[in-house]
Amino acid sequence: MLRRTPLHDRHVALGARMVPFAGWEMPVQYEGVIPEHKAVRSDAGVFDVSHMGELEVEGPTARDLLQATLSNDVDKLAPGDAQYTLATNETGGIVDDVILYRLDGHRYLIVANASNVDAVYSWLKERELRGSDVRNVSDDYALLAVQGPRALERLGLEPAKPFTWAMGDVDGVEVMVNRTGYTGEEGVELACMADEAGQLWDAILARGVVPCGLGARDTLRLEVCYPLHGNDIGPDRDAISSGLAWACALDTEFTGVERLRAIKADGPAQKLVPFVMTEKAIPRQGMAVVGGGAVTSGTMSPMLEVGIGMAYVPAAASKAGTELVIDVRGKERRGVVAKKPLYKKEQ
Amino acid sequence: MAASESYPDELLYHSEHDWARIDGDEATLGVTWFAQDALGELVHYEAPDIGSTVAKDASYGEVESVKAVSDLISPLSGEVLEVNQKVVDAPETVNEDPYGDGWLIRIRMSGAGERDQLLSAAEYRKVLEDA
Repeated sequence: MLRRTPLHDRHVALGARMVPFAGWEMPVQYEGVIPEHKAVRSDAGVFDVSHMGELEVEGPTARDLLQATLSNDVDKLAPGDAQYTLATNETGGIVDDVILYRLDGHRYLIVANASNVDAVYSWLKERELRGSDVRNVSDDYALLAVQGPRALERLGLEPAKPFTWAMGDVDGVEVMVNRTGYTGEEGVELACMADEAGQLWDAILARGVVPCGLGARDTLRLEVCYPLHGNDIGPDRDAISSGLAWACALDTEFTGVERLRAIKADGPAQKLVPFVMTEKAIPRQGMAVVGGGAVTSGTMSPMLEVGIGMAYVPAAASKAGTELVIDVRGKERRGVVAKKPLYKKEQ
Repeated sequence: MAASESYPDELLYHSEHDWARIDGDEATLGVTWFAQDALGELVHYEAPDIGSTVAKDASYGEVESVKAVSDLISPLSGEVLEVNQKVVDAPETVNEDPYGDGWLIRIRMSGAGERDQLLSAAEYRKVLEDA
């Protein structure tokens, strides 16, 4: 039985194509992936991401628990701040990549991927300390991402520093306004109480924001090389090979840190790299890289209009500018390792 | 602009959502409105080589949307005479006009009697209804 977000009926009424995703029935597209993608790049789009999970960690030792289980440095967060961080396992692999919000002195919120919220919850619960309480509050909240160069203007919100949050109001609905996103555009992620999600959604659409599905969410994040857990990163890939050393405070003590220090010192055998096809072909997840490695994500870039993707390749072949050859269903097609992000505004 | 749903009576259909327009011993092949709608806007057409042979019920190429890849199943056997370069250059032509400008290949038919195994528009609509 697939779960439904509080906005399910609204998606269906808008003519969305609903698909199973991480145990949820979610809109993959409304009008189409390409027009929705371009709406976010040129104006503003809204995504129902209520399938994502929310965990609250509270108590005088909440900080200690999070510092010992998450890769980034919790102590960098003041109340009102947020950070991208990883729940890592003993081998330095990634249980999930999450955003950690510091709500107040002893209270934190973790926003986790839908498919991993139970895993992260158990991971933290098993490591709970005296004086820290971990609760899965996913059902209490809806989460709407509003993204694009005109997102703030359309919502009537003032700009603020990325990776901060504050309470706010959108047309009478109280929201936690998070300055985060997964598209490479300016924008916010709005958390509200689940029973007010419909009112918030309607208000956002009335402000001229385009409803966007998971299809566009995927192509947008891939153009700016944000990894997707389950595709590009996962428990069997260490965070250094995954290119996420920047989210690992290796001078703090957390699960798997010794392994990550060793990999950093020796250099990883493979690295996750973005690439662009130079021949006409669309790379897809699971395709082999000739000479070693595999594609973890691939699509046709709606903005660049060429095949793009991410792949693990041998470290020696990971420098930008290095040619790579992808086995596209038996045909060898050329591409080139590129720099992040693959899509930049100025182009 | 996406076309609206239709299944012209003058075409023959294959249950894998392909159509054939037969003219003497030649046939033009393409995908149905249903196929292009299910895939979404096409962004890549992997066409067969001219002069290669295609076999009834077998794949002769691929079309891709942003999200998905779909094999092109040939409704008839034959030799490829022509590939629609317009679709190679602008795959969305298939979405705009699946039975006209969005045709995919033209073949010289080699399989006697194969056409009799294809579906009429009414029979194909029944396949869609029963799916």
